[in-house]
Amino acid sequence: MFMKHFRLIIIGGGPAGLSAAKIAAESGVKSLIIERDFKLGGQLVKQTHMFFGSEKQYAKTRGINIAKILINDVEQNINMITVMKNTTVVGLYEDNVLTVLQGETYTKISFDSLVVATGASEKFLAFENNDLPGIYGAGAVQTLMNVHGVLPGEKVVMIGSGNIGLIVSYQLLQAGVNVLKVLEAAPTIGGYKVHASKLKRLGVDILTNHSIKKAIGKDKLEKILVSELDDKWEFIEGSEFEIETDALCISVGLSPMGNLLSMIGAEMKYISKLGGLVPVIDHHHETTIKNIYVAGDVCGVEEASSAIVEGYLTGLLVSERLGFRHKDFDNLYDDYNSQLDNLRSGPFGVRTLEGLQELRGERNVK
Amino acid sequence: MLNKTGVPTLEEIKSRFPKKGLLIKHKAITECYEEIPCNPCATSCPFNAIHIGEDINTPPKVDFNNCVGCGICVYSCPGLAIFTVEEHSDHLRFKIPFEFVPYPKQGETWHGVNRNGDIITNVDILKVSITEKYDKTALIEVKVDKEFIHDFVTIRRIT
Amino acid sequence: MRIKKHPILEFGEQTKIHFTYNGKKMYGYIGDTVASALHALGIRRLSDSIKLKRPRGFYCAIGNCASCNMVVNDVPNVRTCITELEDGMIVKTQEGKGNVYETF
Repeated sequence: MFMKHFRLIIIGGGPAGLSAAKIAAESGVKSLIIERDFKLGGQLVKQTHMFFGSEKQYAKTRGINIAKILINDVEQNINMITVMKNTTVVGLYEDNVLTVLQGETYTKISFDSLVVATGASEKFLAFENNDLPGIYGAGAVQTLMNVHGVLPGEKVVMIGSGNIGLIVSYQLLQAGVNVLKVLEAAPTIGGYKVHASKLKRLGVDILTNHSIKKAIGKDKLEKILVSELDDKWEFIEGSEFEIETDALCISVGLSPMGNLLSMIGAEMKYISKLGGLVPVIDHHHETTIKNIYVAGDVCGVEEASSAIVEGYLTGLLVSERLGFRHKDFDNLYDDYNSQLDNLRSGPFGVRTLEGLQELRGERNVK
Repeated sequence: MLNKTGVPTLEEIKSRFPKKGLLIKHKAITECYEEIPCNPCATSCPFNAIHIGEDINTPPKVDFNNCVGCGICVYSCPGLAIFTVEEHSDHLRFKIPFEFVPYPKQGETWHGVNRNGDIITNVDILKVSITEKYDKTALIEVKVDKEFIHDFVTIRRIT
Repeated sequence: MRIKKHPILEFGEQTKIHFTYNGKKMYGYIGDTVASALHALGIRRLSDSIKLKRPRGFYCAIGNCASCNMVVNDVPNVRTCITELEDGMIVKTQEGKGNVYETF
């Protein structure tokens, strides 16, 4: 049977995938983007806040508008970039073939090189009744509210004070939802303090050393039981109190979605600082399987700004390996690397840097 | 404090203000105490008054001699962590960022709120600016009593 | 519950479309997913856990967690959080693991 072939296939139409396709097109490489949602943009499409970083990563532009820029870059190149939406990659094989499911149809497509830019998924938290309707991933609530205009409930409690927890709490307030509390198990706030200050001045308390013990409700969430935690992260007996709430958002970090890479046998390592199980890669972003590359959160959870730059860098490198060297390769290569260094150089980037060192075996893991 | 509650100490707040006497004109107060990778305040300033430098993790430093208090950094800051303040003989004027609907209207009285989220006073809305360039972050100029120079941070509708 | 006014986003005039949910006539708007339309109508329980029949609702919104799997136009295990709502869709709560081509 005739099988479609692409020089380059990119799995995931989020910030990393779109950026990789753009630079590949500029280098002269035709590509196929495969996206399981019915629209491109990944998680940028719900980010109503202005981005941090520098102008090169579209700082001070709202994520929803960065999505438009990146999608437009791809649409400007329709002769170079093919897009399959509503399509999930369900198989990846050693002979450079993958199987996709679109609707009820399975199709095989072959490639010379593959960029896996599947991103990350929200981590879950173990507590009694954590499966009750009304308990959501914080990012999921952000989608529901900012993409579809649908509110999760009237009174929300946020678990986790990382940037996602803080930003989504602020956006819930903007949508007219009452945010009762942000609970943080650690002794200090996890995300940028400017986000925390924004919430506090709007009257939302962030309770450090606090977490949820159980959810209460019959067919949907009605209340939660909260407890204080001691220095060893153990619940303090007698400190429990209830909060009546109809929506609980879980924002306790993201896990890279490298299932396809595990499937094909790429060497994976568990690096907590990168969010979990990540592929071992070289400086070209190539995994231990030849011709399979990665970009974005799938190889280490960071801000979307980094995913964009990693996408550009990987698009540049994969094209060169395919024999299509970008006319401005040297400058771009240096620029992307220095942008990533810059984004990772502060105290919030240390985790990523150390994680990458662990991944490359340049650092002893205790 | 900032680490645990999101509220900076009075010393931290004061460290961001210029020396006495400079506030006869609006000046930018950058409440960005932490090293985070971000520099739009510096790159958006047309007067070269905010400096961050090569490493975008460096917290901003305002050159109060160059700053004219135009407010561009106020609506350009992704953390909504900048406001301007101007000292008059009997009151203060702040320009603050605001991203909630309904926006206030000129001439209205709203509550003045501190960094803890508490209502501390009532303030007069002097001017509401929002154009395409502001990208939905309104710039609100308010009149505030003098004693709240280190306390006032935002407004809340009187209900 | 839907957002009426928002400082950043505009949810202007939207086009209403209709679908059925367990036989009842429902509505949503163009641009909705099946799950977002149901959520807006106050329907929180989208599926039941297979063994213990515990209620499950909207959770991940990226087609990853299976909590919102339903039968749509006779196809079981449809990830309703990433499935665009279409006029005339027939949406049903799924029994267990779902039967493939149950109408045949």
